[in-house]
Amino acid sequence: MSVAEQSIAGAEARGHGFLASSVGRKIVMAASGIVLFGFVTVHMIGNTQAYMGAETFNGYAKFLHSMLHGGGIWIFRAVLLLATGLHVWSATTLTLDNLAARPVGYRAQQSVASTWASRTMRWSGVLLAAFIVFHLMHLTTGQAHPAFDHANPYANFVSGFKVPATAAFYIVAQLCLGLHMWHGVWSFTQTLGLSHPRYESLRRNFATGLTLLVVGVNISYPVAVITGFIH
Amino acid sequence: MSKHLNLTLHVWRQKNTNCDGKFVEYPAENVSPDMSFLEMLDVVNEGLIRKGEDPITFDHDCREGICGTCSMVINGRPHGPKERTTTCQLHMRSFQDGESITLEPWRAEAFPVLRDLMVDRTAFDRIIAAGGFISVPTGSPQDANALPIPKVNAELAMDAAACIGCGACVAACPNASAMLFVSAKINHLGQLPQGQPERYSRVRDMIAQMDAEEFGTCTNHGECEIACPKGIKMENIARMNRDFLKASLTYRPAVVGGGAG
Repeated sequence: MSVAEQSIAGAEARGHGFLASSVGRKIVMAASGIVLFGFVTVHMIGNTQAYMGAETFNGYAKFLHSMLHGGGIWIFRAVLLLATGLHVWSATTLTLDNLAARPVGYRAQQSVASTWASRTMRWSGVLLAAFIVFHLMHLTTGQAHPAFDHANPYANFVSGFKVPATAAFYIVAQLCLGLHMWHGVWSFTQTLGLSHPRYESLRRNFATGLTLLVVGVNISYPVAVITGFIH
Repeated sequence: MSKHLNLTLHVWRQKNTNCDGKFVEYPAENVSPDMSFLEMLDVVNEGLIRKGEDPITFDHDCREGICGTCSMVINGRPHGPKERTTTCQLHMRSFQDGESITLEPWRAEAFPVLRDLMVDRTAFDRIIAAGGFISVPTGSPQDANALPIPKVNAELAMDAAACIGCGACVAACPNASAMLFVSAKINHLGQLPQGQPERYSRVRDMIAQMDAEEFGTCTNHGECEIACPKGIKMENIARMNRDFLKASLTYRPAVVGGGAG
């Protein structure tokens, strides 16, 4: 078979499916990533109401549960579950492809351009998945909470972070979120083709600024409880 | 003027694709700092031949940095420590006396080792054959100014066309991804009017072939851009992704049986 014939045979065998292709799955990862980082940003902003006292915070929680006669929160949950599922699926299949693409490694590979954040995306992602499960069991459903009260989210928030190990886990998870977002937010611009020399520094700075803001404010919650600022 | 170098080479030796390989240590003595890296290997090989041993097999051709043949990973970096150079353009003055140098072939499932430091890069040829061309009626060339092309696009196309297909991007990528190579070819043609008719089928075809060859996928580390001896930019990958997205959204399956009329 000539090179051209082999080529056509290969591409036919593999097909042109969007979800089968590497770039297609990268686009799925980027699009679901936008949903997820958009959510963590809104989540961080909403939670700043913890600094405004129990009444405001519990009122906010009540508002979230009563949106669209209680249906709003389920729409949010469905979209987040879908985005998380797609993000994990694309990450897993792409990672497996990438591992298979280099079965024999180098004895001496030098990293020149990659960052610690970019090299640890897989691990920070796995840790974030574990954190999300814990976080839901801790402050949404309450199984992982020492004194959960469905009617009083503010009290759950304060008593939950009074446990030092829990507060420490939250802080570590937020640092992972920072690594993951810093590389991820910049990466989605690249994957969706939003690259232009004029906006090169903008997209880097956007990723850095948003990451610092989200992670900084999120870490402030357990710290504020531990130090007694929120009580 | 300059002192000669004595080096220790740790070279990957592998008889053929199916055999297991291993690192073998060779001294490289009395090396002139003015030699190119390949000339240093030539001298080591002459010594091996004199001793009746198999010389180290490595790819090379033009030895002036334009053919992209000289592929080897030197101390963990494709084409060695200098940016924007191929192995043949690397000189021994870049190394210190007494240094140990590890030489490995490009490592990728899609680039099987043929022997020692030589790998099979025909996967790249098959990607080109899948779409890296333009279909034009041949004949006498038209006037160069008959097709107006903005200078910016001509420059971007030319920058992408600088790709010599050496595979350093694949070798440097932690995922063995060929996206810098494929995106350079796609943008080289996609920036120019001659490349427009097949622009959106090309991107789908070449990416399908890239996947079929089992290259990895980009995770935006940026190692390829630093390793590229021709300075191909990652902006090309973003442009390729953009074209792929548009192509996937607007693709029409070929009509079987032709149209009426």
